[in-house]
Amino acid sequence: MTDTLRLPTPAPRRNNARRWLAVLAVVVAAAGFGLLTAGGIGENLVYYWGPSDVKKAGDQAIGATIRLGGQVAKGSIRQSGGEGSLLEFSVTDGKAVVPVRSTGVPPQMFREDIGVVVEGTMTKEGVFECRRLMVSHGNEYRAPVDAEAPDMEKLIKSTEGLQQAGD
Amino acid sequence: MILPRLASPNLAFALVALGVLLLLAGSYYGLFVSPQERYMGDVQRIMYVHVPSAWNAMLLFTLAMGCALAYLWRGGWGWDAHHEALLEGAAVLSFLLCVQGSIWAKPTWGVWWDWDPRLTTTAVMLLALLGILALRSAVDDPEKRATWSAVATIIAFVDVPIVYFSVRWWNSLHQMQSSPETVSAPFIVPLRLNAFGVLALMGGLALLRARVAARRTAKELGPALPPMPAGAALEA
Repeated sequence: MTDTLRLPTPAPRRNNARRWLAVLAVVVAAAGFGLLTAGGIGENLVYYWGPSDVKKAGDQAIGATIRLGGQVAKGSIRQSGGEGSLLEFSVTDGKAVVPVRSTGVPPQMFREDIGVVVEGTMTKEGVFECRRLMVSHGNEYRAPVDAEAPDMEKLIKSTEGLQQAGD
Repeated sequence: MILPRLASPNLAFALVALGVLLLLAGSYYGLFVSPQERYMGDVQRIMYVHVPSAWNAMLLFTLAMGCALAYLWRGGWGWDAHHEALLEGAAVLSFLLCVQGSIWAKPTWGVWWDWDPRLTTTAVMLLALLGILALRSAVDDPEKRATWSAVATIIAFVDVPIVYFSVRWWNSLHQMQSSPETVSAPFIVPLRLNAFGVLALMGGLALLRARVAARRTAKELGPALPPMPAGAALEA
């Protein structure tokens, strides 16, 4: 194939105004990024509260629509059968525990120890009334029988003394 | 460096063919060879297209930003043509990313969408790309179009690192980035095949799309000047 297509001519003028625009754009972008990261947006933008945060908020959490995130406590799931049924469980962050009351059938992934984000409000009795239940999963994806690979990894790590704590 | 100049169509078609082959191999491996995930079963297989979309959307946006900077700094229609092509590629991938993520979210999280930081910043990325493309299509003067959209791309690019770090900076419904340690070996093969497949496919398409953009710009700039001698520098 013969290639006859050429870039348009004339090329854009090489002018300093455009270079200043480049500098300006980079400065604006960098300033925006700096403001977002250093300006404490991390504390001001909260997707969900942990059980400890909800406990600390006390009465403020009552009646307000909030999201509570954490893990489903072991052995806390109680479910009365059938559609539209009552579903009770506790959400924990290892320090505090908040009991949650929900209705209906949870997503398939719902089980003990899995992460959940529930939307709703605290009631006066200290039970979180859940209106929307979302299951969050970690970043681990494992084959059901996963003998070789991870074991080899662990073996190598342990022989080299690189076993990381809290990994 | 190919981007200030136009790639030969042969190179572009070769990349497209390579991408299709890699995607066929990756899809076959991902659908028929890789085992089911322990808890998610078959649903997890959407990861093999979702994660490559995410990586390549951010990569193409980054390259588009590089072209935008180079255009403003050095001039040359090649930068502008590739800027346009890469923006479109990034927009397509961002759109696919949101759709695939939604399809994965419903059976696992239980919802199609929530205003989680990762999801929200990704939607911002898609809207920013569409906005810049709208700006480009609204400006008739090639020089103004190239200059203004380059500035817009550089500023909008701020969102890309925020998308990446959103799952680390804030509480989110979306899980953190996976790494080879958190993903079983048989899942990594299709992930890599598809990641390079999407890269080659979109790269090839972007090179072709840049040729279309250059042709249009040439038309807009009016009748061509006397042809340049072969081998002459293409930027004034």
